[in-house]
Amino acid sequence: MLARVIEAAGIPTVTVTMMPILAEKYRTSRILGVEFPFGHSFGLPGDIAMQRETLLAALDLLATAVEPGTVVHHGREWPVDRRTAYKSWQPSEPSPIVAQSMEAIRQARRQG
Amino acid sequence: MTIDEVDSYAFLPRAFRTIYEAEPWADHEPAWAPFEPPVGEARVALLSSAGIHLLDGQEPFDVERERREPTWGDPTLRVIPAGVTQEGIGVTHLHIDTSDIEADINVALPVHRLAELAAEGMIGEASPVNFSVMGYQEHGAATWRDVTGPEIAARCHAADIDALILAPA
Repeated sequence: MLARVIEAAGIPTVTVTMMPILAEKYRTSRILGVEFPFGHSFGLPGDIAMQRETLLAALDLLATAVEPGTVVHHGREWPVDRRTAYKSWQPSEPSPIVAQSMEAIRQARRQG
Repeated sequence: MTIDEVDSYAFLPRAFRTIYEAEPWADHEPAWAPFEPPVGEARVALLSSAGIHLLDGQEPFDVERERREPTWGDPTLRVIPAGVTQEGIGVTHLHIDTSDIEADINVALPVHRLAELAAEGMIGEASPVNFSVMGYQEHGAATWRDVTGPEIAARCHAADIDALILAPA
């Protein structure tokens, strides 16, 4: 949503996102999809080559996209096994909204 | 092995998937600002929504209020200079584990990689200013649209930025 506001104000944008389908639904101008864990748009900590490769892919999209809604899927696989990566991006305790939702479900079950 | 098409739900807990799948398609065309200069001459800025702030002189994003009001997320902006050091930042975001960003800012806001590309002539210049927000927005989303977004755009214009790379965390 920020991308749209900024692009509409005349600044070309590229959005690097783990959820390209959502960026497409929001009608984002240029989308680089990355299949990386949340919080890790460019790569692993300390992996300079991977971070650079992702940034260069974003710059390449900037240079080559000729129409709104261009989507590129970054080919790089996350180099950590899926189960570990899935767990490690998540916070150690649920966010307030998730905790609240879980509590609401528990209460509904108790009443049901 | 390489990925042909990114699975948007690959790392998402299953309970969230239905929420995002139900998200409607926006009924407007994408905004479009043509990118004019060769990348090798462009001044490029970065934006992350990972909740990064400068330890010196900036407040962290207000997660205490979010703990009290779970549908509220801090919609304010932090401006991060190109010369920021790893030791100079804090990260505040209740929806992701922030430890990898606390170890290496370039995971979310690759300011040091951008500086290297500028030094090598791969881009014209790294912007002197980059942008940081905190990505959990429900009630704050209107403030992003009406205040934070326009402020970022105005700062991009003021700094003669040719393009902005956004990375939702």
